Amino acid sequence: MAGASKAVMDSRANLPFVYRQYSPEQLREVLHKMYLIRRFEEGAEECYMRGLIHGTMHLSIGQEASAMGICMPLAEDDQITSTHRGHGHCIAKGAEVSRMFAEFFGKTTGYCKGRGGSMHIADVAKGNLGANGIVAGGIPIAVGAALSAKRMKTGKVVVSFFGDGANNEGAFHEALNMAAIWKLPVIFVCENNGYGMSTSTARSTAVKNIAERAAAYSMPGVIVNGNIFSEVAEASFKAVERARAGEGPTLIESKTYRHRGHSKSDRNRYRTKEEIEDWMANRDPIALFETELRDFGFIDDQGIQAIRDAVAKEIADGIEFAKASPAPDIAALADYVYTEHA
Amino acid sequence: MDAVVRELSYAQAIQEAMAIAMDMDERVFLMGEDIGVYGGAFQVTGDLVERYGSDRVIDTPISELGGAGVAVGAAVTGMRPIFEFQFSDFATLGMEQIVNQAAKMRFMLGGEVSVPLVMRFPAGSGTGAAAQHSQSLEAWLGHVPGLKVIQPATPHDAKGMLLAAVADPDPVMIFEHKLLYKMKGHVPEGHYTVPIGKAEIRREGRDLTIVATSIMVQKALDAAAVLEGEGIDIEVIDLRTIRPLDRQAVIDSVKKTSRLLCVYEAVKTLGIGAEVSALVAESEAFDYLDAPIVRLGGAETPIPYNPDLEKATVPQVPDIITAARDLVKGVR
Repeated sequence: MAGASKAVMDSRANLPFVYRQYSPEQLREVLHKMYLIRRFEEGAEECYMRGLIHGTMHLSIGQEASAMGICMPLAEDDQITSTHRGHGHCIAKGAEVSRMFAEFFGKTTGYCKGRGGSMHIADVAKGNLGANGIVAGGIPIAVGAALSAKRMKTGKVVVSFFGDGANNEGAFHEALNMAAIWKLPVIFVCENNGYGMSTSTARSTAVKNIAERAAAYSMPGVIVNGNIFSEVAEASFKAVERARAGEGPTLIESKTYRHRGHSKSDRNRYRTKEEIEDWMANRDPIALFETELRDFGFIDDQGIQAIRDAVAKEIADGIEFAKASPAPDIAALADYVYTEHA
Repeated sequence: MDAVVRELSYAQAIQEAMAIAMDMDERVFLMGEDIGVYGGAFQVTGDLVERYGSDRVIDTPISELGGAGVAVGAAVTGMRPIFEFQFSDFATLGMEQIVNQAAKMRFMLGGEVSVPLVMRFPAGSGTGAAAQHSQSLEAWLGHVPGLKVIQPATPHDAKGMLLAAVADPDPVMIFEHKLLYKMKGHVPEGHYTVPIGKAEIRREGRDLTIVATSIMVQKALDAAAVLEGEGIDIEVIDLRTIRPLDRQAVIDSVKKTSRLLCVYEAVKTLGIGAEVSALVAESEAFDYLDAPIVRLGGAETPIPYNPDLEKATVPQVPDIITAARDLVKGVR
């Protein structure tokens, strides 16, 4: 990456990969985005509680380093498929929170013009082919997007995000097999937050680590601490290089934790308060990254406060934008079912 | 003027359409199980792999769900896949991607993507393949907004509708009756399209409208030829598309004949016959009816193996003759 002088580079020689690979500005922007994801979801949750947003939502609070780390080495025209817990992926790939809020409010200015909501949030212009309400639904689609990239020689890489629950769906296995036999430029990212709704991976999954599934499809299987941004980004960087070089897919298991319940109906009866509090107090990905940035001299308290203030304003402005945006016309109900012929 | 009318089989017509589509557009490619050197279970792809290479005629693993999903993903990112299910029954394995993804993606994303995907489904009974390789599931997919569902009944339409499907920006599901693959008929050379959503009057008549789909069109025409000798004049409408339905063609015909018989191979209840009957009952054509609407559809059973039992599960020409005669003569 441009920007870092030789003297600065030498001073970073012993730091983890990302601190050598990316400029301080880029890394501070990562912290900004992680805060943006956190505050966006907190804002969405509050709007839901106040009855401003209907339906349901699946919050990824606690998983921000995973979304940001995976997307760090991606170019703007690289593509992702996402999950029902996909707000973080969407922001990490470059979406604007104002249009995301507008979507949650069901407004025409939303990314899906109010037709998709939280569970189908997408930003096709930035390469996000969409969140998906079907567990593992996006995995074969990502393989198809990678087939397009290979056939059309676009050089694009495709990332498929999914959760631990998806690794027991047939689509996961069929998709990984095809990506491997055709050596497609796709990266499978399992964000293992320990529970498929209420069922723990220990109760649902025959292997201890989901990354072990990679061996069955002759691809590298990598385990990272999903709450440490630098670890996730380094693994993603290597997988992206491998994919772009035409060497085929990688399975990354990003071990993480969601602070909130599965969805808004969750009473958290399958895990203990102590477990949740332990993750929140000791392994919060934003706190961990902030501490690293500060310890390595990439940011000071004033800089952190500036980021927090900027994010607070973006969130407030985004909610105002959503509130002020027009609702869809009922007469337009059938729009977008089919492609209107010009 | 052609001295000799060129004839092709239904299967050859489809193959020719796929070749033309690949010649015209680099983005078009074929995917499916054993469609390469094997030539497809029904030899529809034939030797296309030799002409277009294994990058454009892709043998998939036996992974209908994953394969369908790959086709969806390729379609939304700029390619034009034609995906062959080896048997239409295997649509059951790919339903998630067809129904939840392909059909809804454009809508869910507020029009930000199109899904220009063609899926081909060899369908129907009559081959002795028993209950899991003989079904007619087109009405399942016809129930899903976002999909287009067609059933070409002639070699001419098989080619022209496939070329229309490839040019269509939305997912088009093509149900091809396996017994039609060997049917021969006139197929023009070169590129032409037959519009999706338009029914075709195969035979004009005054006494009764038969609305038929797929292989039942020919059976209805055979029955009409017999009844012509009895002075009964039957109009046969080939529905061709079951979503979107050509309502006006049905309504206009029933207003003319005042009688309606629906003939289709799929299980009778909750099928295309119910839809066609209801659209007439809900329209101005209802006032023109001189007799109750009659449906002839498949039996309420799985398709059996024994050939006599198998024939008995779906309408045959004598069944159509009897039903049509009774309808016109007022026999209840």
